[in-house]
Amino acid sequence: MSEEKSEVKAIVTPTKLVYQFSAIGSHAEFLKAISEGKLVGERCPSCKKVYCPPRGICPRCGVETPEKVDIDDKGTVTTYCIVRVPSENIDLKLPYCAANILLDRSDMPIMALIQECPAEDVRIGMRVEAIWAPEEDWGPTMENIRYFRPIDEPDVPTEEMGDWY
Amino acid sequence: MRDVAILSFAQTPYKRRESERTEVQMVLSVVTDAVEKSGLPKSDIGFTCSGSSDYLAGQSFAFVGAIDGLGAWPPIAESHVEMDGAWALYEAWIKIQTGMCNTALAFSFGRASMGSLPETLNMQLDPYTLGPLGIDSISMAALQARAWLDQDNHTERQMAEVAVRSRKNALNNPDAQLKGDFEVEKLLSEPYLIEPLHKHDCPPITDGANAVVIAAADAVPSGANPVWIRGIDHRIEPHQPGFRDLTQSPSTKLAGEKAGATRLDIAELHAPFTHQELILRDALGLDDDVRINPSGGALAANPMMVAGLTRMGEACREIWAGRAKRALAHATSGHCLQQNLVCVLEGD
Amino acid sequence: MAERCAVIGVGQTRHESKRIDVSQVGLVREAALRALEDAELSWTDIDAVVIGKAPDLFEGVMMPELFLADALGCSGKPMLRVHTAGSVGGSTAIVAASLVEAGVHERVLTVSYEKQSESNAMWALTIRMPFQQGIVAGAGGFFAPLIRSYMRRSKAPEDTGIRVALKDRLNALKNPYAHLKFPDVDFDQIASSPMLWDPIRYLETCPSSDGACAMVLSSEKPAKQASKTPAWVHATSMRTEPTMFAGRDQVNPQAGKDAAKDLYAKAGITDPRKQIDCAEIYVPFSWFEPMWLENLGFAPEGEGWKMTYEGATALDGDMPINMSGGVLSSNPIGASGMLRFAEAANQVRGEAGEHQVDGAKVALGHAYGGGSQYFSMWIVGAEPR
Repeated sequence: MSEEKSEVKAIVTPTKLVYQFSAIGSHAEFLKAISEGKLVGERCPSCKKVYCPPRGICPRCGVETPEKVDIDDKGTVTTYCIVRVPSENIDLKLPYCAANILLDRSDMPIMALIQECPAEDVRIGMRVEAIWAPEEDWGPTMENIRYFRPIDEPDVPTEEMGDWY
Repeated sequence: MRDVAILSFAQTPYKRRESERTEVQMVLSVVTDAVEKSGLPKSDIGFTCSGSSDYLAGQSFAFVGAIDGLGAWPPIAESHVEMDGAWALYEAWIKIQTGMCNTALAFSFGRASMGSLPETLNMQLDPYTLGPLGIDSISMAALQARAWLDQDNHTERQMAEVAVRSRKNALNNPDAQLKGDFEVEKLLSEPYLIEPLHKHDCPPITDGANAVVIAAADAVPSGANPVWIRGIDHRIEPHQPGFRDLTQSPSTKLAGEKAGATRLDIAELHAPFTHQELILRDALGLDDDVRINPSGGALAANPMMVAGLTRMGEACREIWAGRAKRALAHATSGHCLQQNLVCVLEGD
Repeated sequence: MAERCAVIGVGQTRHESKRIDVSQVGLVREAALRALEDAELSWTDIDAVVIGKAPDLFEGVMMPELFLADALGCSGKPMLRVHTAGSVGGSTAIVAASLVEAGVHERVLTVSYEKQSESNAMWALTIRMPFQQGIVAGAGGFFAPLIRSYMRRSKAPEDTGIRVALKDRLNALKNPYAHLKFPDVDFDQIASSPMLWDPIRYLETCPSSDGACAMVLSSEKPAKQASKTPAWVHATSMRTEPTMFAGRDQVNPQAGKDAAKDLYAKAGITDPRKQIDCAEIYVPFSWFEPMWLENLGFAPEGEGWKMTYEGATALDGDMPINMSGGVLSSNPIGASGMLRFAEAANQVRGEAGEHQVDGAKVALGHAYGGGSQYFSMWIVGAEPR
């Protein structure tokens, strides 16, 4: 009776749910290729655009995309931002540059890191290439590409960037 | 009210684990199939609504990826309910009633195989008072079954008979997952899963997707075989199991009355557990000459977020096959039949 | 064919980062009871309830509408749960309006909420999915590059975003429900706030809030009997496009342009800047104001920033935008869209208090979500159309 109970304001209910994801079809083929240091995309039979990573379908046309296309690991920065705020599960030195990169032969940019140059030097139209992890560390994951870095090629003028400018 | 008809239905074969196609590929296949069968060009579809659950997929905004399977370009008028696809169809039906569109597509998808469904469904319970107890979906159903059995001399044999009939009916359903000839005696001799439920009283865990195209009377294309939605209504009950009589389903009864559920040849009931079919039959006043679940029902395939809309599709298939003229389709959501939808369908 | 529909009651909660004084139940009831009180109705007058919220993982409850049914007087009634990403608050209001317009119900209660403090929203958003590209920049990192594209395309002055933020933060001081209030806010304070996702500064960013919004929608007869002025729903529209495809314009998305075009056609609007008195639009990062002004047709492409710059979008400008302080000032995600729709309604009802636009007769409410791909909007007016 002597012990005073304080008012309950909150309870904590830890929850654990386990999900098992399977790589299927295009995903599986892409991951197999990247584990061998290659990038593979798919061309839409309808609009002819190339997607990398592929998803087995073209989101614009709503059709399956069976045709495989080899993709280069060089590309062009279409736009970017400089991250100056830490995030819970991202272990990178601030500031860093996250860019949308249109890989050569692909028609849709991927988002990736740019390193080996000051973040402030990144430009729209800048040419970049992938830097891969050491081969012995390769696995079935996008993380085989550690980041992109600038290459000594002239910037792509925005008018030549087509849809992405 | 405008007269609205179901023009077509498509579904994936229902499986314990879909290992060949991604969710978006499943969506693409059923949507393409349903639109083709409807006789309408895809560009004529005036509204699209889907049903799915983020928790089932294990990620936030899981339904956003499904848009990729629609070819939503040019942009489409579209909405999504975090509910079974049956309610997506209801929203689509409402949209046609407003006159803002004349045709609509409803679809749903669920891939329960990625997680552990009974534990995932624990997340559906009141997070302050029920969820922390750790009770899973089968245990919730078992509570309800016990309450039902303790009333009016109900027996486990009646429940087993539902399981036997469902899985026998499923033998004629190429898309069903769990089918076969079983014997009541043998089933009853097996151990309990969670007493008083045996394994046969419970639904399988299923991956699948389905799609339906509907149209107002003036937009039904020539050559179509429309199944008319004569009535559709849905109701919810309190969530706390202690707030209601678990042996009854007043929300189903009310929805059935509002939807005009009389003079029926068949009923497709979304009863994941055997005793729930018996509760639903009672609530809807279905007598013995109404054939129940010719497809095998949810005991033969129970894709979460999908199985309710499947009941509508399966009722249509009976009508299209000439085996029924007027049918009832029912969908449920939540634990112990908390929320229920009734739709009355009739051939042309 | 469609029945007329009107907003006859509006309610919202205080928005704060952690509403530990209430449960989810208490939060939705706070908003719902205020809407009912505003409409001078009680629970038994309501025919159906439509609930909206953003991802279930934000609170850690799967389909939480099932347990909220008890607290929202849903027993024996139809209840629907909508989820269309960030636009959900708007879409939820539109689904509720459809139930009235379809002639199915007379009075519908619609509620939307988010109580992110009960789970970990950052975690819910950044689960590392296998086989998918890792997210290298968090949520703001997705939109910051789009803003940079806009800046480059439009050649807008670099302080445009600061000006938007200053206007919205000043408006928020007039809104008793707003979450973020900076009484001494000025241009320099915003300009010197830290860059988070360059070009987005801290004070140009929305907070994450616990909060709820509710409205009572009704058919013509109850609306005409209401003692307060109803806001008549003139038009609603929703459009969706895929997140990413080759050639997609993410800065000025087609789905937004199409929704606006459809909306104006239904509402009989040919010159939105002249015919609409004020608009409450979904601006989670300051630069989205000029972007959406163009997308919505208030300004020609590339010139939205001029409206901001010239003060047209201020409370006393010719096209006031985000009179309530907007998403920049309060952001309970699932309710954020409905708050926009509700503010539009309150403006034409003359119920917007200190941030009332004088003589507002026609107002736009707007929401968007996903990767700038889900759009929902409505136009409400002081007179039936």
